[in-house]
Amino acid sequence: MNVLLIFSVLILIAIAIWQVTKIFELSQGKKVYTQVADDDDNNWNGKLMFGFLFFIYGITIFSFVMYGDVLLPKAASEHGSEYDNLMWISFAIIFFVQTITQALLHYFSYKYRGEKGKKALFYADNDRLEAIWTIIPVIVLAGLILYGLYTWTDIMTVEENDEALVVELYAQQFNWKARYAGDDGVLGDANVRFLQDFEGRNLVGIDATDPNGFDDVVVQELHLPVGREIIFKMRSQDVLHSAYMPFFRAQMNCVPGMITEFAFTPNITTEEMRQDSDIVAKVKKINKIRADKSKELIAEGDVALDPYEFDFLLLCNKICGASHYNMQMKIIVETPEEYAKWMAEQQTFAEVIQ
Amino acid sequence: MSTAAAHIEEDHGHHHKETFVTKYVFSQDHKMISKQYLITGLFMGIIGIAMSLLFRLQLAWPEQPFGVFEVLLGKWAPDGVMDPNVYLALVTIHGTIMVFFVLTAGLSGTFSNLLIPLQIGARDMASGLLNMISFWLFFLSSVIMVISLFVEAGPAAAGWTIYPPLSALPQAQPGSGTGMTLWLVSMAIFIASSLLGSLNYIVTVINLRTKGMSMTRLPLTIWAFFVTAIIGVVSFPVLLSAALLLIMDRSFGTSFFLSDIFIQGEVLHYQGGSPVLYEHLFWFLGHPEVYIVLLPALGITSEIIATNARKPIFGYRAMVASILAIAFLSTIVWGHHMFISGMNPFLGSVFTFTTLLIAIPSAVKAFNYITTLWKGNLQLNPAMLFSIGLVSTFITGGLTGIILGDSTLDINVHDTYFVVAHFHLVMGISALYGLFAGVYHWFPKMFGRMMNKNLGYVHFWVTAVCAYGVFFPMHFIGMAGLPRRYYTNTAFPYFDDLANINVLITVFALVAGAAQLVFLYNFIHSMFYGKEAVQNPWRSNTLEWTAPVEHFHGNWEGEIPHVHRWAYDYSKPGHDEDFVPQHIPLKKGEEELQH
Repeated sequence: MNVLLIFSVLILIAIAIWQVTKIFELSQGKKVYTQVADDDDNNWNGKLMFGFLFFIYGITIFSFVMYGDVLLPKAASEHGSEYDNLMWISFAIIFFVQTITQALLHYFSYKYRGEKGKKALFYADNDRLEAIWTIIPVIVLAGLILYGLYTWTDIMTVEENDEALVVELYAQQFNWKARYAGDDGVLGDANVRFLQDFEGRNLVGIDATDPNGFDDVVVQELHLPVGREIIFKMRSQDVLHSAYMPFFRAQMNCVPGMITEFAFTPNITTEEMRQDSDIVAKVKKINKIRADKSKELIAEGDVALDPYEFDFLLLCNKICGASHYNMQMKIIVETPEEYAKWMAEQQTFAEVIQ
Repeated sequence: MSTAAAHIEEDHGHHHKETFVTKYVFSQDHKMISKQYLITGLFMGIIGIAMSLLFRLQLAWPEQPFGVFEVLLGKWAPDGVMDPNVYLALVTIHGTIMVFFVLTAGLSGTFSNLLIPLQIGARDMASGLLNMISFWLFFLSSVIMVISLFVEAGPAAAGWTIYPPLSALPQAQPGSGTGMTLWLVSMAIFIASSLLGSLNYIVTVINLRTKGMSMTRLPLTIWAFFVTAIIGVVSFPVLLSAALLLIMDRSFGTSFFLSDIFIQGEVLHYQGGSPVLYEHLFWFLGHPEVYIVLLPALGITSEIIATNARKPIFGYRAMVASILAIAFLSTIVWGHHMFISGMNPFLGSVFTFTTLLIAIPSAVKAFNYITTLWKGNLQLNPAMLFSIGLVSTFITGGLTGIILGDSTLDINVHDTYFVVAHFHLVMGISALYGLFAGVYHWFPKMFGRMMNKNLGYVHFWVTAVCAYGVFFPMHFIGMAGLPRRYYTNTAFPYFDDLANINVLITVFALVAGAAQLVFLYNFIHSMFYGKEAVQNPWRSNTLEWTAPVEHFHGNWEGEIPHVHRWAYDYSKPGHDEDFVPQHIPLKKGEEELQH
């Protein structure tokens, strides 16, 4: 009902504008409306153009001031700081260009607003100027490209090694599972055609004839030891999904029929992250929002919202169907000791299929 | 010369007897066809915008009951709360309609048809029959797309990109049943329409230019439409092939895109295919498509800025070179949509390199527009305001493209609202402004009347403020890590602090939607009651303004004007008037600007 009301109001405002415009035009008396801009129009719109520049700057500053705190906190992985550096440098460059070009565009629109009797300058080319503003972007972009490619190669080159922990992320409509390789460090072969073995206890379709799979551990909460390289192998059971772990600056599609991979080294535990001042402020802000919302819910006879505690997240980031918006898994980064303790409590595949 | 054109040449000036049907319905006249494209495009645009307002309501006030949902969505909004599947269907059809039906057919179809014959000095397109067929195929594809909204299980809902397996398997999503079949049929017909149109534009520009209209004297609008048509011919067939292979996987059991799938309790038979192949095929069109959308808007802007600045467009050669460079580069950057698709990371490096290259001709264009304004005598008509607005949003949106084109940075912003903000600024706003600018500027040519300029000013300023109001804050939501195509962000407490930004965006979007009503009213009212136009109301140099206001087959009474100069002799020293149309011969001792 509310929306209908709001829309009716907006339509009435539009009608009012139409009528006011008509009245304005009629009241001008003998003035002939050619519907082509005259000096008056140019004056008004020229000034509005210059004003619009300040609106653009204003909304930029407003957004940073009001919404700056929603930006992701510092990266929780080793390559993450390289990522963030590249991001800030790129932003610095584009903000510089944005500030200057918008200023020139809107200032010229104001300064050179048309006047009867004025003549424009017949200035059709200047090859030197063109060369300058072609070569400078080439140099700047070449620098960005080289820096970007160096970082990309660094992040995406995954070398199999003994120190790394190999974890499979298994995506399906609409949840995640993780499979650890166990003591042998090798994931057992797996395929969707094994999913129906063992009355549905074979959650990720491990091939029971592959001995490498017997010590594999399948869980629904991802635990990672801090400071150790994690090599993720991604699989999907049905449609495309994407393993998005924004705090770690990591993302890779999960493709049915293919194993994709991404690696990073987490360098801060969940506990430590929860102490970070940015996170503390954010959690406080979120809990305030949730408390306010809970008051409303209770008043309506509903249940209050749970309070929020920070956790690292894995979310799905490729449209995958109705519950795409709620396909998540908690990620816990902990000390190697805590990790070992947790792992010891999990069931291996061999134990599950007994 | 083709027989159709020859026929019109002999027949020039004679008005043959036309019935209502041959004049208004099955017309072969490019001017009528351009109006048909415009009106169909605007109608589809209304549907597309309405859909966006619906899902913006859901995003601002998640899972809240809305009366309007119950009214418009019926069973898809039980108790007035939007169903998640229908949310995905809305974003899918919104994207499809806006990119293809409004910004491709509505933009290219309208202005290429209107302006190519008139600006190059031809009686009509090379083939009026093919032109008519291409419009009616477009109309048919629009009808089928609208029909798909009403199928039992819902329309296509896998995103406008419709990646398989989600789009291939009805078990994965209800919209992937009949709704997806109709989408594919509609798009196949749309592609046929687009190809026929493009072929016509290319052939006409190459063959039917009037005497003296060398390629280097062509207005930039024609360069833009011509190159756009070439890109279309190269890339649309690849989308058609992707659609056909998808139809085969869906209906004939093939495995082009599918392999190793377990869904709804059963292992499917597909073996050996890959969704990544689909992504390559789709984006091989998908990327050039965005330039098919943008280049005509840029060409229109060049024309409108030069005319209204009373100055030549700065750097004509560079502008042509940049159109060609953008066209060429656009065919080798598609992989930047696939950095984290699972393809070999080395490809990511290649595509980052080519993508950042394409920033250069785009930058040159922006600088040239700004320089054209410098020391001009700017006539700030509504068309001019929209053209300046286009340059502004093109810069803002294009700069964030530099972030997205860098494969490393894409890791964390891929498929988030950062991408949504970027492409809306460059397509949804920039290219749309090009459409509006073109309508305001060529309305007198199309309908023989003027649009109301004060309503035009209101339309521009409200839209301009709302455009930035909607899409600037959206970058922050993306940088915060919120994925796109999420029905709601309330499943993650971490995203609770984004709620008020979503509300702000939706409010701006609702106001922007209402502002478009001002434009619609102006458009419809002026068509019938607008002030009658003079032949050349904007005092422009190009040939379309030498044709009489009243339309007839063949465009000019008597001979077609011959061309003696380029299109940008505005405020040329040595002339009394501040414009010298292309058909005016050189004065004694006057030199033509060499290009």
